[in-house]
Amino acid sequence: MRPPSPSIPEKEFVFTALKQSLRLDGRLPLESRSPTLTFGPELGWVECAFGKTRVIAHVEAKMVKPPPERPFEGQMSIHSEISPMASSEYEIGRPSEEEVTMTRMLDKVLRRSDAVDKESLCILAGQRVWHLRLTLHCLADAGNMLDCACLAGIVALKHFRRPDIEVTGDEVTIHPPSERAPIPLSMHHTPFCFTFAYFPDPDTSPILDPSQLEQRLSSGLMSVALNAQRELCVVQKLGGVPLDADETLRIINVAVLKAKELDELVESRLKEDWLERKVELI
Amino acid sequence: MGSRVEVLNDGGFRSDGRRQYELRDMTVDLSQQGVADGSAVVTHGLTQVLVSVFGPREAKMRSQTMHDRANINVEVSVAAFSTGERRKRSRGDKRILEMAATIKSTFEPVVQTTLYPRSQIDIFVQVLQQDGGVLQACINATTLALVNAGIPLLDFVCAVTGGVLSTSPMLDLTLLEENDIPHLTVAVMPKTGKVTLVTMETRLHVDRFEEIFRLAGEAGKVIHAEMKAAVRERTGRLVGAMGSGPRPTGGDFEDDAMDGV
Repeated sequence: MRPPSPSIPEKEFVFTALKQSLRLDGRLPLESRSPTLTFGPELGWVECAFGKTRVIAHVEAKMVKPPPERPFEGQMSIHSEISPMASSEYEIGRPSEEEVTMTRMLDKVLRRSDAVDKESLCILAGQRVWHLRLTLHCLADAGNMLDCACLAGIVALKHFRRPDIEVTGDEVTIHPPSERAPIPLSMHHTPFCFTFAYFPDPDTSPILDPSQLEQRLSSGLMSVALNAQRELCVVQKLGGVPLDADETLRIINVAVLKAKELDELVESRLKEDWLERKVELI
Repeated sequence: MGSRVEVLNDGGFRSDGRRQYELRDMTVDLSQQGVADGSAVVTHGLTQVLVSVFGPREAKMRSQTMHDRANINVEVSVAAFSTGERRKRSRGDKRILEMAATIKSTFEPVVQTTLYPRSQIDIFVQVLQQDGGVLQACINATTLALVNAGIPLLDFVCAVTGGVLSTSPMLDLTLLEENDIPHLTVAVMPKTGKVTLVTMETRLHVDRFEEIFRLAGEAGKVIHAEMKAAVRERTGRLVGAMGSGPRPTGGDFEDDAMDGV
């Protein structure tokens, strides 16, 4: 069931405010909500909150036989169905356009960008590899669920530790966490996603991290996923108001700066949580 | 592993004999297909896409009509024989749904939908042959089909793919090149030069990105010239078939349903 479109006074108020670079929640146009990361009791369980938007990410690993065409690589699958719990406009079983965009974007950012080193997931070539299953639950949608889900996913992957294994000839021994400390996943890079919304009025500059109302009223979204080493992983601007080449590049440069900040935040939070856990044997 | 074909050799030639910035041969066929209001078959090298447009017409899906504008409905279908190996794609394949959503959101601000409230414009895209640049071909073919159907647009939408091999940018990539190097698809509206679509799924450094992004924007204008010439030629033939205006030399008119007026 689609929620009703914003009323005309709401629309006009938001547009006039944005023309003066004012946002309803008091943020600057290029200021995003500060993400709150909560780590669960298990390793690989993260809840990410951007204001009221909340997404839970959970990573599990199991050993499987690899397909014959790729015997040296592990596998990763991402499951992210949005339930009506997030918002009444989502239905189970029937992916709306927004859901398809979000699923595809998550796939591109987390899987196709090779964030996780798949070859390191190989245990016994041709016989046993790790299969990572990343599940994302969208709890609440207050705008920009995509960025929140991407951040939750990537932090969960960084947080996860897989059991240590020993291979002797053809035998594989799995050491439970109580015996040997579990090993973190080997990651090539850490992509972060930033979504900008822009509006029909050409004088209004694009805003970062739109709230739900801003997202509904926007005439287009541009998502940029990149890592802190200034490498762009995904750039997605699907239609909407056409932008100058210069404007697009300016937005990307803003994303580059934000990626650095976010990377530092994520690292510090992971370190904090790690110190609290004391999983390492003394 | 596959054969090691060089994407760009020392002499500056690519695997299909083109230069770095050379675009593939583009052919446009605007003849009528079935009962569609407008259709176009566009080929970029070996990639071939057919787009049929119906509309504006009465909406089949009442629930999706809007009171003040037309609803654009895009369906993409990829033929099983379009790739080297036969592969049947299901209707719900996420990649195909994404392509359809991309085309829809690209054309929604371009088509003047406010002129046709409560109606529907159907765009059916059929990918016949794939050799890289599928989205590019789909967008170009959709623009031409919409023009052919007489639906008012704000401007053409011209799309081009581009990629960077370490430091050398290249335009209009084939499948071999797309699998090897980071690439992006850019669609521009040539009158203003503004960018309406950018998609990139492979990792590329920001500085390299800027170069190829600007280049692809320029290449869009070249595609625009080709498309405009094709539309003019077609219109010229139609006018000739109607009997008013100068008769073009050669050509066949069996697809025109015009009587001399």
